[in-house]
Amino acid sequence: MFFGENYLLSLMMLAPVIGSAIILFIRHKDAEIENRNVRSVALFTTLITFFMGLDLWAGFDNSTAEFQFVEKFQWFGDISYYLGVDGISVLFVLLTAFLMPIVILASWESISKRVKEYMIAFLVLEALMIGVFTALDIFLFYVFFEGGLIPMYLLIGIWGGVNRIYASFKFFLYTLLGSVLMLVAVLYMYFQSGTTDIPALMMYDFDVDVQSWLWLAFFASFAVKMPMWPVHTWLPDAHVQAPTGGSVILAGVLLKMGGYGFLRFSLPMLPEASIEFSWLIFTLSIIAIIYTSLVALVQEDIKKLIAYSSVAHMGFVTIGIFLLNTNGIEGAIFTMLSHGVVSGALFLCVGVIYDRLHTREISRYGGLAVNMKIYAVTFVLFSLASVGLPGTSGFIGEFLVLNGSFAYNSWITFLAATGVILGAAYMLYLVRRLIFGELDKDDVKAMPDLSLREKLIFAPLVAVVLWMGIYPNSFLDPMHVSVQALLETHFPAQMTRETTHAATIDTSSAVVGR
Amino acid sequence: MNGEIPALLPALPEIILAIGAMILLMLGVFRGNGSFTQVTNLSVLLLVICAAVMINEVGGERQVTFNNMFVTDAFAVFAKVLVYMGSAVALLISGKFLAEHKIDKFEYPILVLFATLGMLIMVSANNLMSLYVGLELQSLSLYVLAAMNRDRLRSTEAGLKYFVLGALSSGMLLYGISLIYGFSGTTEFDVLATSLQGEGTPEIGIVIGLVFLLAGLAFKVSAVPFHMWTPDVYEGSPTPVTAFFAAAPKVAAMALLVRAMINGFPALIDEWQQVIIFVSIASMLVGAFVALVQTNIKRLMAYSSIGHVGYALVGLAAGTQAGIEALLIYLAIYLTMTLGAFAAILSMRRSDGMVETIDDLAGLSETNLPMAVAISIFMFSLAGIPLLAGFFGKWFIFLAAVEAGLVPLAIIGFLASVVACFYYLRIIKVMFFDDPSEAFDGEHGRSVSLVVGTAAVLNSPVSFLLISSLAGAAAWAANSLLFQ
Repeated sequence: MFFGENYLLSLMMLAPVIGSAIILFIRHKDAEIENRNVRSVALFTTLITFFMGLDLWAGFDNSTAEFQFVEKFQWFGDISYYLGVDGISVLFVLLTAFLMPIVILASWESISKRVKEYMIAFLVLEALMIGVFTALDIFLFYVFFEGGLIPMYLLIGIWGGVNRIYASFKFFLYTLLGSVLMLVAVLYMYFQSGTTDIPALMMYDFDVDVQSWLWLAFFASFAVKMPMWPVHTWLPDAHVQAPTGGSVILAGVLLKMGGYGFLRFSLPMLPEASIEFSWLIFTLSIIAIIYTSLVALVQEDIKKLIAYSSVAHMGFVTIGIFLLNTNGIEGAIFTMLSHGVVSGALFLCVGVIYDRLHTREISRYGGLAVNMKIYAVTFVLFSLASVGLPGTSGFIGEFLVLNGSFAYNSWITFLAATGVILGAAYMLYLVRRLIFGELDKDDVKAMPDLSLREKLIFAPLVAVVLWMGIYPNSFLDPMHVSVQALLETHFPAQMTRETTHAATIDTSSAVVGR
Repeated sequence: MNGEIPALLPALPEIILAIGAMILLMLGVFRGNGSFTQVTNLSVLLLVICAAVMINEVGGERQVTFNNMFVTDAFAVFAKVLVYMGSAVALLISGKFLAEHKIDKFEYPILVLFATLGMLIMVSANNLMSLYVGLELQSLSLYVLAAMNRDRLRSTEAGLKYFVLGALSSGMLLYGISLIYGFSGTTEFDVLATSLQGEGTPEIGIVIGLVFLLAGLAFKVSAVPFHMWTPDVYEGSPTPVTAFFAAAPKVAAMALLVRAMINGFPALIDEWQQVIIFVSIASMLVGAFVALVQTNIKRLMAYSSIGHVGYALVGLAAGTQAGIEALLIYLAIYLTMTLGAFAAILSMRRSDGMVETIDDLAGLSETNLPMAVAISIFMFSLAGIPLLAGFFGKWFIFLAAVEAGLVPLAIIGFLASVVACFYYLRIIKVMFFDDPSEAFDGEHGRSVSLVVGTAAVLNSPVSFLLISSLAGAAAWAANSLLFQ
């Protein structure tokens, strides 16, 4: 650890806010120079935040399930400004900080109008996202969770595509509707327990009857955010209409808030209800995996296809979380991280060709392998990572989830594994239509290969995807103790069942090299 | 009653205000209409002086005077500070507009002062009689203000509508008061409270009287089903007058309603709670749904204010100290949002005069970004989205409701707020996503900019720093009301 041990999390939130304040005051009579300065400041700010994120990762103690880097100040009433990370949240903070500089770089040329506002919106969004993953006060969590809607609404609405207004409204209202029900639950929990402290609420025993209602209220919010079938319909719209940077953040980070919410609230605070409703989650997730994979198969729009694939991947995540065993939950977290990187990268890939041809229609492309060789390699790599090819990040998460589900119920494994096959089908079909085939369109022939800036964007993403696939322990180690503690404290019965199973099925440890 | 002069200190600010207003009236009469600016500035100064006297000399101790007709306590101080603020700000932002419409008559600030005096008496009323006197002083001044622009049909229509319906509601109020007096033998809140205590089922006459009283007061706070006048009056009145209507009188009438119910009829809580819950739900729903189809921004703000009254009433419906505290916090935040929003509406002017449809805001973010940002802050805050002050109001209100066991009410309220969010978002959409129309004329005066800027800052995340002290003050005020 190098600096700011006590206030590192606050500093990570403060840096983007300061950055956006500086951008606010950048003025120059030449608009080009002004925009360049704005972009540079934004990039610099996000890089600083990323380095603080690395510092956080380096300073994180893997051997304890306690919250670390804790900051706590009395705010008003019983509510306090309370931050901290544990093994479940630390990597999400890192993911956010990692994706932001990439997003800024990706918007370098594609955003030319209102650059200042764009960068400010993104920096504010970054601060709020970090806030969501680090807040240890339920009120604070809600403020960050909901507050993120404002910049995202503006990002989709101002810089989005043709149908952006419809998409921005749908995104905002859908998410808000889910969240207000959660807010009622939050109020009730505060009233019952007299505290808004998340660690204290985790230890509070809510009445079993009430738990079901509270669980459903939280479910309403997180299921929309995830998104789970059948409340996923806002996602394809939002993704298609959002600018590339917005899609990357939406897929990379915002969707993870739902899964994080389940892990942070539903599971530890409402354990009985979580067990009781796990059938609901499994049913919806399996429908999501199979149905949205089939839908993805027939999409004509590249972004829509990737959006539907996100819904399917999130189905794996929700299954993993509610398996209530170590492999399932670690697999779910790992899938979220991997999906954050991979789907973000895929949206960036789409952005690259969209910037050149200004269309997202699959049939307008074809044969890119001939004239855009580096691009083709990159795209195929990320597609395979999305499919879950061993050696890439996608494999580890899906494998752990399927392994965990095998210990629970082999039918779930069977049905979820169908989704993996369908996933391969739609991704490879996309690759065939986009990358391979005849290069017969004149405007496609004229498209140049990746520029240096674009290579710089993809290089870290490729590296991380391979790192996560080849040596996943760097990412599994921080979460291990926290996941164990979560299960041991709140689901002792499930733990004992798992250990008996572990005697018979002990393959996972061998494969991931633990 | 034995010929002694009653204690004047508790009512000192009101007395100063009454005398000051009359002096300013004389000044205006002698100097003619040219004295508008001077009288307005002196009126603002007078309001500030009265507020200072109230805080420094009267204080938050409970004191009664004039045969228990008039009470002052922490609750009154809190509500009166809001009233003073609302009136002073409304005066500040009106000058330019009135001058341009050639209605810059010196009577305007005087009428605002008298209306304010009425509101102060309402807040301090401890007796059904003083309640009525204060209410009428306020209402009569407001009727005239609504019809200020007497050469325009819409303004006179607004004034007339307001007057006829207002008179009707005053009639209902008086009828209710007479019933209550007939069945209980007193009009004094404290005596009413003790005499109604422990009677088992209350007499039907009292209950009917109470319902009439509530109907009359619901009219004054423009709660559904007595809201019909609000959109027309808001739209027809000159915009600064609308800004004034939306702020201070709402606060005063709400404070009056709270004091009458909590201090006068604590024993009948089961009866009035039902009425308040109904009125609150109806207001939230009407405010949310009817506003969806509005195109005029003043009408939209009228429905929005109906909705917000519904939210504030949730706090009263809870009937607990936490509920009253939440209501006061809500009113304080509502005041800043509304005044800011109306000041922003005042800046919507082009060379050919004022415009007030929502589409006129199109593309404001490209022609005047700071104003667009300020309006978005107000809209997101009115919608109750976290990060902005409006969310704190909703948080406290619904927390109180949940604590009082009114979970369904909280759920309905939140769902209504999602519907309401749609039209607030629409305004932001028009400003940020649509192509710009003709830019506004920047000449809206420095005081308007000042009010918009201050209100925007107060509603922005800066409110995170202020909420703690606001909650403390509200708790102090609510405490004085319940545990005398």
